[in-house]
Amino acid sequence: MTPVDPGTPYAAVLVVRGITKRFGARTAVGGVDFDVGRGELLAIIGPNGAGKTTLLSILAGVQQADSGTIQAPGGGVGRVGWVPQHAAVYSKLTVAENLRLFARLEQVGDPDATVEQMLEQTDLAARAHDELGRLSGGNRQRVNIAVGLLADPAVLLLDEPSAALDPRQRQRLWAFITTLTDRGTSVVFATHDIAEAERHADRVLVLADGELLFDGTPTGLKAAAAVVGDRDLEEAFVAFLKAGGH
Amino acid sequence: MRWLLVKDLQILRRSKMLVGLLIAYPIAIALLIGLALSSAPSKPRVAFVDEIPPGQSTIALGSTKLDVSSYTDKLFTATTEVPLASRQQALSEVRSGAVLAALIIPPDFAIKLSGAGFDSSPTVEVVYNGDALKQSFVRSTVTAQLAQANAALAERLNQVAGGYIETIADGGTITALGLQFKLLGIRDTLGAVDRVLADKPSPATRRELAPVQSFMSIGATNFTRFKDVLSAVERPVGETETVLSGRRAPLDTFAVAVAVTVSLMFVCVLLASGLIALEREENTFSRLTRGLISPGRLLVAKVALAALCAAPVALVMLVGVGLFVPLDWGRVGLWVIALVGGALAFAALGVAIGSLAREVRAASLLAFLLSLPLAFLALVPSGSVAPAVYHTIRVLSAVFPFAPALEAVNAAINDTSPSLGTALAHLAGLVVLFGVAARLGLRRLR
Repeated sequence: MTPVDPGTPYAAVLVVRGITKRFGARTAVGGVDFDVGRGELLAIIGPNGAGKTTLLSILAGVQQADSGTIQAPGGGVGRVGWVPQHAAVYSKLTVAENLRLFARLEQVGDPDATVEQMLEQTDLAARAHDELGRLSGGNRQRVNIAVGLLADPAVLLLDEPSAALDPRQRQRLWAFITTLTDRGTSVVFATHDIAEAERHADRVLVLADGELLFDGTPTGLKAAAAVVGDRDLEEAFVAFLKAGGH
Repeated sequence: MRWLLVKDLQILRRSKMLVGLLIAYPIAIALLIGLALSSAPSKPRVAFVDEIPPGQSTIALGSTKLDVSSYTDKLFTATTEVPLASRQQALSEVRSGAVLAALIIPPDFAIKLSGAGFDSSPTVEVVYNGDALKQSFVRSTVTAQLAQANAALAERLNQVAGGYIETIADGGTITALGLQFKLLGIRDTLGAVDRVLADKPSPATRRELAPVQSFMSIGATNFTRFKDVLSAVERPVGETETVLSGRRAPLDTFAVAVAVTVSLMFVCVLLASGLIALEREENTFSRLTRGLISPGRLLVAKVALAALCAAPVALVMLVGVGLFVPLDWGRVGLWVIALVGGALAFAALGVAIGSLAREVRAASLLAFLLSLPLAFLALVPSGSVAPAVYHTIRVLSAVFPFAPALEAVNAAINDTSPSLGTALAHLAGLVVLFGVAARLGLRRLR
């Protein structure tokens, strides 16, 4: 990864060019290009098997791309936070212990202060000493996101962040994510909940069979799909895919 | 890596059942082995029916009298005698399982032994239960006791026969049919013939006595050798014990080495495989290895933790067994080295297994299914299977840690060979081998 300057307002904090990943004969991600601006909320949408998770894994540094470049803040994955779809935390540890462990592994300056700050930020202070295994799915996901934020990343990658949450938990999650983008953290999330993307994303990327089909605003996607009247983004998305032969 | 170790210890501390098992298991095994090895083996109960009529258990061999009952007593040095009155009663007791076998001395036993019934040798009847397990338990014991009684009786008969040979050779008094006879003996007879021939008898007398002199001369020289022949018949084959490949470990302390190694293997392999599989089950593996810690260091942390937990547990077990079985406490340092070496190799095998599984339960099952047969295979003695099969077993055992770990522990406890150093070098090679396998396994998972 090559460093980009994260300090310039509206400048791209993540620049992705020509990312390709193959598994045998199958191309999971094929030559994808896009940028992510500072404080931007970007949704990656696509049908199952489109390559959304693979693309996020490559951006997070979990998988290596076969070709292409990623320019990230600081030049490494350290300034890119990653929140996998399934909570990647220890069930037998408490909320605070999980956060403290990852804070130490992330080598943050003051782990205890960071943990306190993160507990406040995620509204988990009251549950700090509860074991993860005893928390609800929503609270586990909040801890999962909190771990991704420990190193104060310039870009946060979220894979299906609301997949296992009920409507009330989803609402709280998006309120929290909005506070992040308001502070200047760029958020990239993968989802197949098109309504969620329409409601929250500044921009959407449409992936199908590893190919980037669209990069623009939700309104732009409706226009591109030539959808008329009050039809929602989901219908526009389906029509768009159909028109593209997917 | 320090924080990863602390985290795993915290998780272990909260897994009360697992930790309980890790502590209780070796203690229970140590107690069981200790009690089994320190308690005297229980003697199998064997019914005994002596059908020899009262007053007829003594037989006369020339002037010597032998009491047969003094030899039947030898049959019960390794069994518990249950005296019964009749054969029917004995059969009933064997059938019911109250006794494992019955030994029946027939009424004509003493007569046949005395030689009155030369047409057939005396026999005793041994009755077993049809139960294979019970039969195998008692059969070898009874057979061995019969062999001992036979040997004692043969020795006594040889002593009597040897006495007769001496009397014939050197002269003396013998008793037969209640009368005492004085025998001249071959040597004195030869002396008498020599003296007659020295007086220059007539040629006819000389011709008559010359063959007698020759026969007596040969007899005087060789007759006593018959005693040696009888001794050889009594025990035709002796034994000289030579132990190859180092010192011999006593069976009980070898059993201790086996028990400790098996416990070390289970605790270590299950723990290491579970710890690495846990990272996958909790989805934390990817989060950790995306820059926080390298997969290699993660493996080292898991191996170290499993070895650090398992080696002390095995040491506690060894110390526990040492309360029952005499062990050389001066070698405690070597015990620790052997246990740590074995633990590291088992842990390396564990992480290799763990890297193949997605869940802790799958990893544990795989570890159990792989470890147990390999441990059994390593204990197959040479000669018990075909040479080609044994060779294959040896090769297979050499690429898994149980056999070298057992060699290391046995060498540390019993000072056997191969030496502790050789076994540790073998284990070090296996640590590298399984470490590489685990690393490749983790690469596959990313």
